[in-house]
Amino acid sequence: MSQAIVFGVLAAIVLGFGLAMVLSKNLVHSAIYMAVTFIGVAGIYLNLSAGFLAAMQILVYVGAISVLMVFGVMLTRRGDIAASNIFNRYKLTGGLMALALFVILGRLIFTSSWNLSSFAVPEDTVSLIADLMMTDFVIPFETAALLLLVALVGAIMVAKGVKNTR
Amino acid sequence: MENFFVNIAGLIRDLIAGFGLNETLVYLAMVIVKFVAVLVFVLLNVVVLVYMERRVAGFFQERLGPNRVGPQGTLQLVMDIFKLLSKEDIVPAGADKFVYKAAAYAIFVPTILVYMVIPFGKGMNVIDLNLGLFYILAISSVTTMIIFMAGWGSRNKYSLVGGMRAIAQMVSYEIPYVFSFLGVIMLTGSLKMSTIVEAQQGVWFIVLQPIAFIVFLIAGNAEINRGPFDLPEGEQELVAGYHTEYTAGRFAMFYMAEYANLLAMAAIGATVFLGGWQGPWLPGWLWFFIKMYALVFGQMWVRWTFPRIRVDHLMHLNWKVLLPVSLANIVVTGIGIKVYQMVRMMGWW
Repeated sequence: MSQAIVFGVLAAIVLGFGLAMVLSKNLVHSAIYMAVTFIGVAGIYLNLSAGFLAAMQILVYVGAISVLMVFGVMLTRRGDIAASNIFNRYKLTGGLMALALFVILGRLIFTSSWNLSSFAVPEDTVSLIADLMMTDFVIPFETAALLLLVALVGAIMVAKGVKNTR
Repeated sequence: MENFFVNIAGLIRDLIAGFGLNETLVYLAMVIVKFVAVLVFVLLNVVVLVYMERRVAGFFQERLGPNRVGPQGTLQLVMDIFKLLSKEDIVPAGADKFVYKAAAYAIFVPTILVYMVIPFGKGMNVIDLNLGLFYILAISSVTTMIIFMAGWGSRNKYSLVGGMRAIAQMVSYEIPYVFSFLGVIMLTGSLKMSTIVEAQQGVWFIVLQPIAFIVFLIAGNAEINRGPFDLPEGEQELVAGYHTEYTAGRFAMFYMAEYANLLAMAAIGATVFLGGWQGPWLPGWLWFFIKMYALVFGQMWVRWTFPRIRVDHLMHLNWKVLLPVSLANIVVTGIGIKVYQMVRMMGWW
């Protein structure tokens, strides 16, 4: 019961700030609303007893991605920041797209059969995740790490520029 | 004496349970009581810290510091608080008012949340999370966003440059900061703060992880924008950095958050590297307090001894020195753990 109430409050926060993010004309305001939305999503993870995922969500999305986005906006955009979110003019198109996605996802959710596990939530989820990451899922884990390394090297190459030898 | 505060908490718990509430409500009420206790503890310590900083600075610079109001100037800060609170609250006309105001309210939130998992003594933490250390890192990463909000919302070029410097500095120093804990986490095999303290029963982690401790001190100092790393508020070039435009109560919030962050850093260092509340003779919470203040004094010493470093030197130190050193420390720790296990298995020791 209390879980449902908490979910309701968190869902309201996520949806409210998500809408505010889309509708705000100011790109920096949008980024700040987005950070609050991410915190709300972390709260939903916590409500589902996924503490590690919640902390990861805050560390990566609020602490890094939102900040990176804001930084990018600040460094690249010139002129009037108060009307910088150029995409929020397309209200009708955006609304239709969102509705279509909602209908598809809703249909998928209601048609699929949900298998409920009878296991209780383990007390210490972190060590279980760590064990899985280092045994069964070590190859996907390492592949993701390699992908990040490639992206990093690529970013350095782009930033450094290629020397014109001719 | 050891369980002095734990006993007080027990008494309050019995009192609340006496109202005939059910388990969950009593638990919730106790969390609120502990939260308020931690809040009061932090605010009182901030007052002490500001006074201490000014006296320590005076001592290091061969001057006196505040010594007129009250015995040894101890009441100076009370006067300063009255002054700050009675000043006019000015919001700049050109500021982005929503962001400007929100930043001043939000700046204290992650700082206080960090204290929730710190064991101040045996069994003296608000919540003993499984995630402990990871939770601290996640929560404190939010501070970057709030400092940016303050710098950007002020609509002042000095504030903006201060905010940008703060982001660049905090995002890059977060990496060695996180890595410095990894050695300890590998040794204990847990992120739980109470387990980390208990693992230091025999030997403190400062002995096993001296390099990690030094990396932690440097990166931690940069994370809280103090000492030689106070570029975001460098007075000569940026007036006061991201809080240039803040006055009165809002300025007080930023000022207090800075010292609360310093204390949080010292508390984390004392827990992870200096054995937390463990120590002979004295009660645990007193040991924790002594260790915490020893680290705070060290940070003040550094701040008033070293000159501020340049931006490119700052990045150089982080990416070319601290990061490789902390990575090497992780590798050496991993090999060391394996060698130790092998030696134990073979029965050579």
